[in-house]
Amino acid sequence: MSSQTTAPAEDVAGGVTETPRERVFALLQRQGGPVVLVLVVLLASIFSSGFASSGNFSTILVGNAYISLLALAETFVIISGGIDLSVGSMFALGGVLAAWGMNHGGSGVAVLLPIAVGLVVGVVQGSLIAYARLAPFIVTLAGLLFARGLLQAISNEGSTTYLVPGHSVFAFLGDGTWRPILTAVALFAIAAVVLVRTRFGQALFAIGGSENAALLMGVRVRRTKVFVYMLSGTLAAVAGMLNASRLQSGVTNIGVGYELTAIAAVVIGGTILTGGSGSIYGTAAGVLLLAVIQNLIGVHLSQYGSSASDLVNGAFLAVVVVLQSFLARRRAL
Amino acid sequence: MTATLTSTKAEQPVGRRRWAGPVAKYAVYAGIVVLIVVNAVMSSTFLSLDNLRVQLYQAVPVLIVALGMALVIGTEGIDLSVGGVIALTSAVLPLYLGYGVWVAIALAILAGGVCGAISGSLVAFARVQPIVATLSLMIGLRGLAVIMNGATAKPINDSTLLNLGLTGWFGLPQMAYIGAGLVAVIAFVVRRTTLGRNLVAVGDNASASFLAGLPVRRILLSVYVISGMLAAVAGVLIAGHGAYADPANYGLNYELLAITAVVVGGTPLSGGQIRVIGTVAGTIFMQLVSATLIQNNVKNSYEQMIEAVIICIAVFIARESANR
Amino acid sequence: MSDSSGVVLRLDGVSKSFPGVRALRDVSLELRAGEVHALVGENGAGKSTLIKISTGVYTADEGEVRLLDAPVSFTDPLQAQAAGISTIYQEVNLIPLMSVARNLYLGREPRRFGLVDTARMNRDARARLREFGIDVNPARPLRSLALGAQQMVSIARAVEIDARVVIMDEPTSSLEKREVETLFTVIERLAASGIAILYVSHRMEELYRICDRVTVMRDGQVVGSSAMADIDRLQLVSMMLGRDASDLRQHGSTAFAEGRDVEDDVVLRTQGLNVRHTLEDVSLDIRRGEVVGLGGLLGAGRSETARAIVGALHAESGEVAVNGKRLRRRSPAAAIRAGIAMLPEDRKLDGIVPGLSVRENIVLAALPRLSRMGLVQRSKQDEIVSFFIDRLQIKVSSPAQRVSDLSGGNQQKVLLARWLCLHPKALLLDEPTRGIDVGAKAEVQGLIEELARDGLAVLLISSDLEELIEGSDRIVVLREGKVVDNLTGDAVTDDNLMRALAADPSRSDDAQPAKDSS
Repeated sequence: MSSQTTAPAEDVAGGVTETPRERVFALLQRQGGPVVLVLVVLLASIFSSGFASSGNFSTILVGNAYISLLALAETFVIISGGIDLSVGSMFALGGVLAAWGMNHGGSGVAVLLPIAVGLVVGVVQGSLIAYARLAPFIVTLAGLLFARGLLQAISNEGSTTYLVPGHSVFAFLGDGTWRPILTAVALFAIAAVVLVRTRFGQALFAIGGSENAALLMGVRVRRTKVFVYMLSGTLAAVAGMLNASRLQSGVTNIGVGYELTAIAAVVIGGTILTGGSGSIYGTAAGVLLLAVIQNLIGVHLSQYGSSASDLVNGAFLAVVVVLQSFLARRRAL
Repeated sequence: MTATLTSTKAEQPVGRRRWAGPVAKYAVYAGIVVLIVVNAVMSSTFLSLDNLRVQLYQAVPVLIVALGMALVIGTEGIDLSVGGVIALTSAVLPLYLGYGVWVAIALAILAGGVCGAISGSLVAFARVQPIVATLSLMIGLRGLAVIMNGATAKPINDSTLLNLGLTGWFGLPQMAYIGAGLVAVIAFVVRRTTLGRNLVAVGDNASASFLAGLPVRRILLSVYVISGMLAAVAGVLIAGHGAYADPANYGLNYELLAITAVVVGGTPLSGGQIRVIGTVAGTIFMQLVSATLIQNNVKNSYEQMIEAVIICIAVFIARESANR
Repeated sequence: MSDSSGVVLRLDGVSKSFPGVRALRDVSLELRAGEVHALVGENGAGKSTLIKISTGVYTADEGEVRLLDAPVSFTDPLQAQAAGISTIYQEVNLIPLMSVARNLYLGREPRRFGLVDTARMNRDARARLREFGIDVNPARPLRSLALGAQQMVSIARAVEIDARVVIMDEPTSSLEKREVETLFTVIERLAASGIAILYVSHRMEELYRICDRVTVMRDGQVVGSSAMADIDRLQLVSMMLGRDASDLRQHGSTAFAEGRDVEDDVVLRTQGLNVRHTLEDVSLDIRRGEVVGLGGLLGAGRSETARAIVGALHAESGEVAVNGKRLRRRSPAAAIRAGIAMLPEDRKLDGIVPGLSVRENIVLAALPRLSRMGLVQRSKQDEIVSFFIDRLQIKVSSPAQRVSDLSGGNQQKVLLARWLCLHPKALLLDEPTRGIDVGAKAEVQGLIEELARDGLAVLLISSDLEELIEGSDRIVVLREGKVVDNLTGDAVTDDNLMRALAADPSRSDDAQPAKDSS
């Protein structure tokens, strides 16, 4: 059928309906996060003494390297039109499982056990969403509860903190300055390629954009959904595992509310919460922006601690979401 | 299954799971009876007044939040901000106790109403999805509350507030009567007022409601405001019973507890139905599950996992029953 | 390009039932390679069921679908697509946020080293789309294109996946004139390359312009099939509507009585309504006690007129006045307050609130009037509900019965009660008797008659010509969103209406162009 006659039909030239104003809005959505990040870093470097030092930068980067993987996982899920509220709990569970595995079998178990559990929890959540067609937020909210429960069951109701011997292979895995940063950078790079250059990535965009249309266009919708929650669960557990390796212990009360920070970072990065549009690059900018702000709050508003960051995250999210819905409505008209 | 996605609602198979409707409606009552009998047989103290009081302290705040949640779910919405509102109230209370306890309580409830107005406006006017609109408040409110309160929990010395959790008539705490009163009010609102009628209609068929001239936006806004205010009431009770204002820890997971109570009570998340008595039953059932597990020395960790499974099952059954 | 080549898709004696409805009865259809085959029929004729069976959304209860002479039984749309049957839907069914090229190649992206070769994909997409008369940067999001261009992308996609049969479901309904021309050029080229095209539309001009053959459906059956050249417009319309003399006798008469006093004062005046792509300068006057019929084929803008009047559809310009008072705010709530009530066309989607009781459904719109300080006054409410259940003879076990348990006819009466209990001055009825049984139909028609006698101004929209002719004092005819005729008095006849609908120029005696006589 590709042997079409070449007689060109009268050129309608696409009939572009985008106005310059809309183009500005679109640019704002894609580049807003990075631009604000650059501005904040510049201003902080000028006005906040001690901010622009290699020591402080590496503190910011190392401190957020593994947590940033939660935002990475969330990006995939949100682009597919879903949401995963269990990543914070899975992060904590991954860490405790790794430390428990270290004590009950060695480095191999410490690495493989979190991966396996993350995979299973993710597949179960994904199946409930894709096949039983339950709402993602309620399934993953229950998943949050379940993962916390499992974590406490392993740690004797949170009273036992398993330690990772400092000389073990596993402790080497996530330690140091460069290893966490490089791991995060590598995973972000791989994720970007997967999202933009593979059929799985394309399927995610298609499902998030219009599930019905995706179905009619031959996308394996349910399989893809299961896969994305599996990916998210596994990635969150791996992040927790690496974090445990760095901290050399399985901290039990870690990760509360991390899913919310992750979502905020993703949305600030220009990914639309209703799905179908977003980028890894944006998420990276969102994560860094929140990390820098948290760092500044730590220096200048230390009496408020993480609560001020929560407030900022929430406010950012509200503003971005309202902007996005405003932009979407402009387009719909 | 792929085909049903492309066909319209009307063409979907009718009565695919006939058992789902009755199960969604009545299973919770059967469950309550079974759990009470089991517990009464296994433990002599279960039916004591002391134990009842303990159960009520935990169940009443959840119930009050769940009442608001039921209204929101009735309009096919969801309110994830209730936990944040509870935290905020417990921060507002000690700030204004100096002006008198009733002023403080009124301001706390007002704060809840304002939070509800924010998420309600996002839903009704900016047409943001309810999950998304309330998520930002869920994140931000707790942070705001902790900043207002400072890092440590403040003790509450006001006797009126403390009495909410302690004394009452016939051996039951005051908060039980407040809870019962609010159940009556919400049931009345749902059954007898135009607002109650309208919000169910909007949740069931928004397009028909719009064509029938209902003020759809105003209805949505009111529902979120009510939910915010009820969450604030729950926050006041929690702070009173706890004798501390602890915004960092109060109200955690309340959105999940409230949604669970509503859904276990047989209300589908797809809107168009509000079961006030079902919601009460859902709260009691979940409280009994938790009490039974504790009674039998099941650890908190396993309790959480069991609850997670119950939630998924309840949501599934309620959804199937809504596919009439 | 006609019968030279063989049959590509053949439906043989296909039947399909849904609970309570026989959607298709013994339908047979042949699609030949290289032909453009028109499929026409009014709402509920079974066109969309037929399409859905051909594309695997439904499976047939009886009968056979044969593709290239081999029996096929698709269980989902993908199988049909893989076998070469593509559908272009009314609303473009692509992913608006994704780029043009990604939409075109989704699931079939060119790959290098296992990764999508974006550069090549964009290059290929650009070349392919040029063939379809679109020159855009394929990296742009699809939604930034005009609807016509988007539709072209979905056609290009269909061709890209080796379609043998392309089904187009009202492809021109949202296109500009120029875009339609481009579409036709493309359709002609597709046909020339041997693709069979099933073209669903109700626009007469288009059918005669590009179709080779036509199949007409009515009430789930094929009522005729012919070469386009052998059938004139009037014949086509009368086949669609099932109106010949013999048929009329068979159906029996309607419940409308003859002759009514129409008073002179205009109750509802609509002037110059414009809705993009839908209505053009529609003006209507309805007097006290008058039933004005609104005629037109499917898609002519009848329902849209009613919806624009009550403000459910946003009109760019135009005025609506009740008893000489212009409505300032335009919303259903404002229209109701001004005394306009509209019974919507789609009972399920826009009418009943299925989970609520009969009582609550009846008083839904009247609640503000039945309550004091936000409290529903039950005695008042029950009085009204029982009055209307009685008056309209709604068959219910109790007012508390759930409305979704009622038959279609009784649901319709509940909706009528909802609007009548507002005591409106003007009543817009959009297909008031569709999908209800004969008995209920006669009752509803009798009721319309009575209401008009009592002084209500009524706008009656109906696809049932008999109902329209018998029930209306005059008929305003719409075509492509414009008022094209106004039949009054003795001119309200079968023949005249049919000619007006078909745009048959042979009736030239008293045709009044695009102007309401008032």
